Parts: sequence; C-alpha cells; structure tokens
Amino acid sequence: MNYLEFEKPLAEVEGKAEELRAMARSNAEMDIEKEAAALDRKAQTMLADLYKDLSPWRKCQVARHPDRPHCSDYIETLFTDYTPLAGDRNFADDQAVMGGLARLNDRPLMVIGHEKGKDTQSRIEKNFGMARPEGYRKAIRLMDLADRFNLPVVTLIDTPGAYPGKGAEERGQSEAIARSTEKCLKIGVPLVSVVIGEGGSGGAVAFATANRVAMLEHSIYSVISPEGCASILWKDAEKMREAAEALRLTAQDLHKLDVIDRIIAEPMGGAQRDPDSTIQSVGVCIDDILTQLSSLSRDELVQDRRTKFLNMGQSGLAA
Amino acid sequence: MNWISNYVRPKINSLFSRREVPENLWSKCPECGTMLFHRELTENLGVCSSCDHHMALSARDRLTALFDNGVFTEFEVPQPTTDPLTFRDQKKYPDRLRTAQRDTGEKEAMIVAEGEIGRTPIVVACQDFSFMGGSMGMFVGNAIIAAAQRAVQRKRPLVLFSAAGGARMQEGILSLMQMPRTTVAVEMVRDAGLPYIVVLTHPTTGGVTASYAMLGDVHIAEPNALICFAGPRVIEQTIREKLPEGFQRAEYLLDHGMLDRVTHRRDMKNELVSIIRMLMHEPPAVTGELPAPDMVETPEAQTDASQAQSADG
Ligand SMILES: [Zn+2]
Repeated sequence: MNYLEFEKPLAEVEGKAEELRAMARSNAEMDIEKEAAALDRKAQTMLADLYKDLSPWRKCQVARHPDRPHCSDYIETLFTDYTPLAGDRNFADDQAVMGGLARLNDRPLMVIGHEKGKDTQSRIEKNFGMARPEGYRKAIRLMDLADRFNLPVVTLIDTPGAYPGKGAEERGQSEAIARSTEKCLKIGVPLVSVVIGEGGSGGAVAFATANRVAMLEHSIYSVISPEGCASILWKDAEKMREAAEALRLTAQDLHKLDVIDRIIAEPMGGAQRDPDSTIQSVGVCIDDILTQLSSLSRDELVQDRRTKFLNMGQSGLAA
Repeated sequence: MNWISNYVRPKINSLFSRREVPENLWSKCPECGTMLFHRELTENLGVCSSCDHHMALSARDRLTALFDNGVFTEFEVPQPTTDPLTFRDQKKYPDRLRTAQRDTGEKEAMIVAEGEIGRTPIVVACQDFSFMGGSMGMFVGNAIIAAAQRAVQRKRPLVLFSAAGGARMQEGILSLMQMPRTTVAVEMVRDAGLPYIVVLTHPTTGGVTASYAMLGDVHIAEPNALICFAGPRVIEQTIREKLPEGFQRAEYLLDHGMLDRVTHRRDMKNELVSIIRMLMHEPPAVTGELPAPDMVETPEAQTDASQAQSADG
C-alpha cells in the first residue's frame, strides 16, 4: 500500500495494527485483537475524516495515486472478448494509448484509453500515459472503425497531458489532437467518456469530447496542471495548492459548472483502496449511459454533442 | 441580430494606433537592430525593410491593412459570463482584464468583422496577441462561433488569423472547452461548403494550435512564426537537450508537412484573394488600383440586404 503524504498519520495507525498482528502471529501467547481492533476503528475514523472534504490539491494526489486502477485494469475486469487493435497506419503504435474491440455485458463496442503503466518499466513503455501524435491518430482510426460498424465508443481518460517532445511536435501533435477532437464530434455512434484519474488538458479533450462525460469522485480534469499553472501565474511551482484551488478542477466543481454529466462515487479512501468495486461502479455508469443513448439516431448523436459543447459555459454559471 | 457595432472608415496612417507611436519617428528592429523610419515601417505593414522580420501587429491594424481601403464592419460577439471561476492568482482576473482593455483599447482578444478583400467578400476572425497573450477563453470561443455563423449565413469564406499563447488559464476548464466549441464552429463552415482558411501568425501555441488553428482547409503562416503545441522551453526541460535552430518555426512546420505555405505579410492579401476566388469559383481578381468602395452601401443597406437574403433563402 502506497500512502500519500497527507495520509501519513493514517499510515502510522494502520502500520501499528499491522505490526501487532504480525507479532501475534509469531507469539501465540499474545492477545492483541482488542487493541488491534481499536486501532482499526481509529484508522477508519481517520480515513473518513481525511476523505470527507479533500482539498483540490489532495484530490490531484489521489487522482495520480500509483495504486489507482488504470485503463488496463478496467479493460481486463469490465470487458470480455477484448481484442487490442494497434497502430496509426502511418508511423507507429503509441503505447500510451490502448484500445480495441470489446464487449460490455455482451454489447460490442470500441474502448480507447490512456494507460500510465504500473511499474517503472511499464511506465516508461507507456510514456506515463502521455500520448504522442500516433496515439491520437490510432484513436481517430479506431473511432472511425467504430463509426463505420455502428459500435459505441467508450473512452477512459487518464493522462497528465500530451507528450511535450521533439518528435511529437515534428509529427504534428497539435494537428493530431485537433483531428481527434474533431473525430469525437463527427462520429454517428454514442461516445461516452469517463475520467478515471487525470484529465490533462488537450490530451484529455481529444478523447473526451463526448455525448456524456463522467468523472470518478476523486479524479481531476483541467486546462493545465496545478504545478504548471502555479509556475506561470504565481511564478512559483510551489504554489500548486493555490493553483489547484483556483482552477476548479475537481469532479464536484466541474459538475457545478455543467462541464461533466455524472460523478461516480469512489470507495472510502479512494479508488486505490478498493479497485474492484470502483471498476464495477464505472461499468454500471457506462452501461446505463449507453442504454440511454441507444435510442438516438446517428444525426441526433452528432447534434447532441454539438449542442452540448456550444452551450457549455453559456448558462448556469454562478460566480 | 444586432451585429453592427462599429463601422470603420479608412484613416490616414491608422495602421499603428497612436499610443504605439514612439516620441521620435524611428523604431529599432528587434531582430537586426536597424533604425526604421516610422512611416516606412507602417507602409511595410510592420515588416523590417532590412531583414524582413515580421513585427507584431494588433488585430485592428491587421484588419485595416487587410480590407479594401481599410473598410470593414465589425460585428458583435455574445458576451460570456465574466470571470466564471472568480479566479485569483497574484491578481484578480477582472483586474487583469481591465488592464488589458486599458492597454489595448480593445474589449477582448479577438475581433470579428466582415468586408471585402480584393472585392471578394469574406468574414474574418482576428486574434490579438497584445490582449492577454491572445489567450483563448469563452470570449474567443464565442467570437469564432459568431464568425462561423456569420460566414454560413452570408455564404462567405471564413479567414482566421491566429495569435495566442494558448488557453486562458483564468477561465480554467471553460477555456479548455473552447477546443471542442471552436471545432464545432469549423464544422459548421465546412458543412456549408465554405472555405475556412487559417493564417498562423507569431506566436500560435497550445490549445489554440491544437484546435481551430490546425483545422483549416488551407494553412498559411507568416515567416518565422512560432507554431507549436508545447513550447520550446517545456520541451527542453522534458527531454533535457537543446532544440535545433528554427525548431517549431513556420518554415520548419512547412518542411514537416503541417502548413501549405509560408507567405510574406506583403503578399498575404493577394494570396488570400486568389485562393478564395478559386475555391469559390469566382473569376480571377482584378489587380491594380481599386476604386473606392460604393459609399451607397451603408451598414444599414447591408443589413437590409442580408434580411432580404434570409427571407428568400
Ligand atoms: Zn530587421
């Protein structure tokens, strides 16, 4: 279990309980259960307190938690018959973006998402979930395929942003993102996006220009990272707490701003404490939205997205 | 729809607004250091006659230089909620806006207008880098949507001059949402079968490049303009190596297939006219001195004409 910095006091209590139980295992004489149970209760209370009202900056940390379920976990658990499809047919297969055909409760669809990786090696392979132009172009190709065979598209968003690299720029990062957003708007099939961790800027929009956008309770979605914003506007990257506050990047704020449609509750203490139940909740949400959208015609689906984004920010904004 | 808010008549030497004129009549080229006589610089559309460096041009100066006899009709942009997040960094966002308005004399970072270039009617959206770095917030989004709707309604091509550091962070997620919103605007023009031409000027970066600036039917850039998604500094910090000379400049993008053309500011107007007239199946443009536009055609007359058109159509 990886603890975040603000969870340190909790880590101590949980650590103590664990220690006691370990001692008891090696010494049968000891009766520690009462004490350990008391520590457990204390830890539960602490956890509830910590997560009751997470500050935006803490949410960022939870959203980036290394033990949080990633795109590959969702695909493995929720979908059957997953068949990865690779490559942009131009240059490469971007490992930061995974996608392919799959079934959700038997319903065939196309799933596309950012994958950050789980350990040092896979993180490097996946470039920490930061896609290059090939990733967006692969997504465009898969959306196109889904469109032609009338399959709904599900996108799982979890990226710090598009990769700021030399090759990525040379091969048209901007154009790739713009075309991916455009493709999202164009397809005549339902498009559902779920922000499962970090929704980083243009890299996220390129997949999340959807009929319905849902966010996990402790995920974030922002025009810029709090650190980046702090270094530009405060001229001090250490002001990320203030920036996170000002940017209104939490699922709760975005729901109030009418930018997202649904918030999916996470287990107490965040998705990382119970990945399975988190994944199941996301599955239920996606299935529900797809059922809702299934009555819309191709034209209605395109129009639905256009209207949704044209109207965004035009009403319901309370200062 | 009340789209007429301003009717600009040509003014002598109006290319550079008064407050930008230095006390002496000379300006120094920031690129080569040559002292340039101000009137000459104005006549050269802000391009150094010695090294061809293209200096920054305000949106209004650009429009005045672009349209025939400097005549264009600005139309209104629906005003979005100001400061939707009550954003505050070291300064309050409304204070930053007021400062920018005072310094530029403009309302926001984009002007939308219509008129004729080479007797070819067009709609133009022109981004103003001097207004908070041209940043794309809800106003810029609304401006592009208004321009697209206007182009579709009047069956005119849309020409967009981009210049921006990216999205306006002070509007948070709502600035990011201008990427899909402006993409919808581009789709509307495309669906109507009308040309959408992007002129990328220095600098065009971030979310602006990754949306409407890279979705044109034709991409033309001014020489040496910086055009990128991630800026060179961010990339150098990420990859920890020095970037090659000219990286992410217009000529570099042309080499890498992202642009159709890199065109000197002096030739931009004629090139736009030529391309648009071919795409619109119009006969070649008449070159040489053009007579002054017909002064009978007042904005009111244009409104009547547009109403008559929409009643017919
Ligand atoms: Zn010079």
